Amino acid sequence: MTCLFEDRWLLPEGIEEVLPAEAGRLEQLRSDLLALFAGWGYRLVIPPFIEFLDSLLTGTGRDLDLQTFKLTDQISGKMLGVRADMTPQVARIDAYNLTSDTPARLCYLGTVLHTQADHLEKSRSPMQVGAELYGHAGYASDLEIVQLTLEMLAIVGLQNVHIDLGHVGIYRGLARQAGLTGQQEAALFDVLQRKAQAELAELLDRYQVTRELREMLLALAELNGDLGVLRDAGERLAGAGESVKSSICQLEKVAHALVCGFPSLPINFDLAELRGYHYQTGIVFAAFVPGYGREVARGGRYDDIGKVFGRARPATGFSADLKVLARLSSVAEEKAAAEAIFAPFEEDQELHEMIRALRAKGHTVIQELPGQNGGALEMGCGFQLKKQQMNWQVLRITRASAP
Amino acid sequence: MLTIAVSKGRIYAEALPLLGQAGVVPDEDPARSRKLILSTQRSDVQLLIIRATDVPTYVEYGAADLGIVGKDVLVEYGAEGLYEPLDLGIARCRLMIARRQGGMVQPARRRLRVATKYVKTAQRHFARQGIQADVIKLYGSMELAPLVGLADCIVDLVDTGNTLRANGLEPHELIMEVSSRLIVNKAAMKMKHASIKAFIRQLKASLPNDSKHSPKPPCPTSTSPA
Repeated sequence: MTCLFEDRWLLPEGIEEVLPAEAGRLEQLRSDLLALFAGWGYRLVIPPFIEFLDSLLTGTGRDLDLQTFKLTDQISGKMLGVRADMTPQVARIDAYNLTSDTPARLCYLGTVLHTQADHLEKSRSPMQVGAELYGHAGYASDLEIVQLTLEMLAIVGLQNVHIDLGHVGIYRGLARQAGLTGQQEAALFDVLQRKAQAELAELLDRYQVTRELREMLLALAELNGDLGVLRDAGERLAGAGESVKSSICQLEKVAHALVCGFPSLPINFDLAELRGYHYQTGIVFAAFVPGYGREVARGGRYDDIGKVFGRARPATGFSADLKVLARLSSVAEEKAAAEAIFAPFEEDQELHEMIRALRAKGHTVIQELPGQNGGALEMGCGFQLKKQQMNWQVLRITRASAP
Repeated sequence: MLTIAVSKGRIYAEALPLLGQAGVVPDEDPARSRKLILSTQRSDVQLLIIRATDVPTYVEYGAADLGIVGKDVLVEYGAEGLYEPLDLGIARCRLMIARRQGGMVQPARRRLRVATKYVKTAQRHFARQGIQADVIKLYGSMELAPLVGLADCIVDLVDTGNTLRANGLEPHELIMEVSSRLIVNKAAMKMKHASIKAFIRQLKASLPNDSKHSPKPPCPTSTSPA
């Protein structure tokens, strides 16, 4: 089927191009964020856009498999995947390419492709930005990652950020204690994600979970809200095993540090929130802002993801979509076009030197092209170069003075 | 401000008494005013009265904080990314397979043809039973399809069964019991936690105790698939 002439400009669904004004903002934000990460000691890595499917999908679960575009490598005969998530790539870099035992701080930023458009954004090509901290297992590294997320959102200029904190170890511990099979655990997980309490009770009855564990799993769906939730959790999950208790304890530590560091930050706790349950192993968190129906950044701990690449290390990190951040951003546009200087086209050495000097100082100088359509005003320039008393000078353009 | 999207029609009518218990009484009757956004006696709550299948979309996008919608819609259109903390027990009915009275469901020499607006739900149900079915999407008057040979059976909501009987059809198999659920946008649950939780508590308190789990008696005509 040939493309209709009228349709030639169309882009594939969920694939967008970024036009000058927005591209400028995006680039400004990109460099601001990388500068922030650099200031915290996070070093930039640039993973490949495409690589062997096996390493791309290791330990990530079926969702990412579905989201990954695939093709055959004509050289090796193996399947290649276009990255749908950069986190496993960065984990591989830490596990295989970096050999030091000291904590490693890495950050990354790049386009990923998804086979299916996101429900809310309708995009299949987000710009993923994130930071990862490897080689430390305590609450301090979790805290650092949450703090860095908040700093990032502050630089983007998002107001009224809310943080949601959870810990996958709590559900995992209870499910193990209840002796659920993998399938049962997955079914219960699905119901818990929807907080569908009636269904939850039904499932627990069907699985013949003991009374005590039944009460605790039911409580999970209700354990959400402010700091008081952690106190309630201590009581309602009193019969849980050691791993559950230490999970709650870790949450408390991070929570108290956040309350001290960001006294006005609204923090919500949700012990049934299990984002990325398949690979997360500890604290998970997400950031929300009013007016946007879902999280703007998310992260958490995912220890041992590097094991399959030869080195198991504790790991925690976060990521976000730069395009979403740029759209929600309240930061003003970078240097407006009105600042640009329009220069005539003339064979004049002094003019050339003047233009070079202005550009070197960071000014935008747009040189006229002979016979072009439109002049300085139409090109959106606020200034022009004019020869006055033998000297080239930068003059503000008024409507009357426009060439 | 809490915005609640409510499926119009029967669900809206049956939800009104429950909402009233929580102090949410619309200032106008949507049947008369034609307004799509209704203010209520609670200054912090407004209602959107919209098509049932649109309710999950409004809530998922955060255009509404909460929604009231049938379980059939949630199963068909996907409820990922939503919380559904309460079964309100209203607008009860059943999602069923129906066929011509006394007729066979599985035809010889070709695949089973099913007419429905619940395409995904029907596909999933038949696949689970090991039956590869061709599903034909229709938007209304399903009962007609088996009569004119468009399909061997239909998958549709059945309340009293009168429409089926009037068209010479009979219920064949229950797919699921349906009732309306309260759904909540995830971000709203985090950011308006106190007011949403209070609202859920009020609604829950106004539910009759038995509606929390009260499966209807099993469907009398339910048989194993042919």
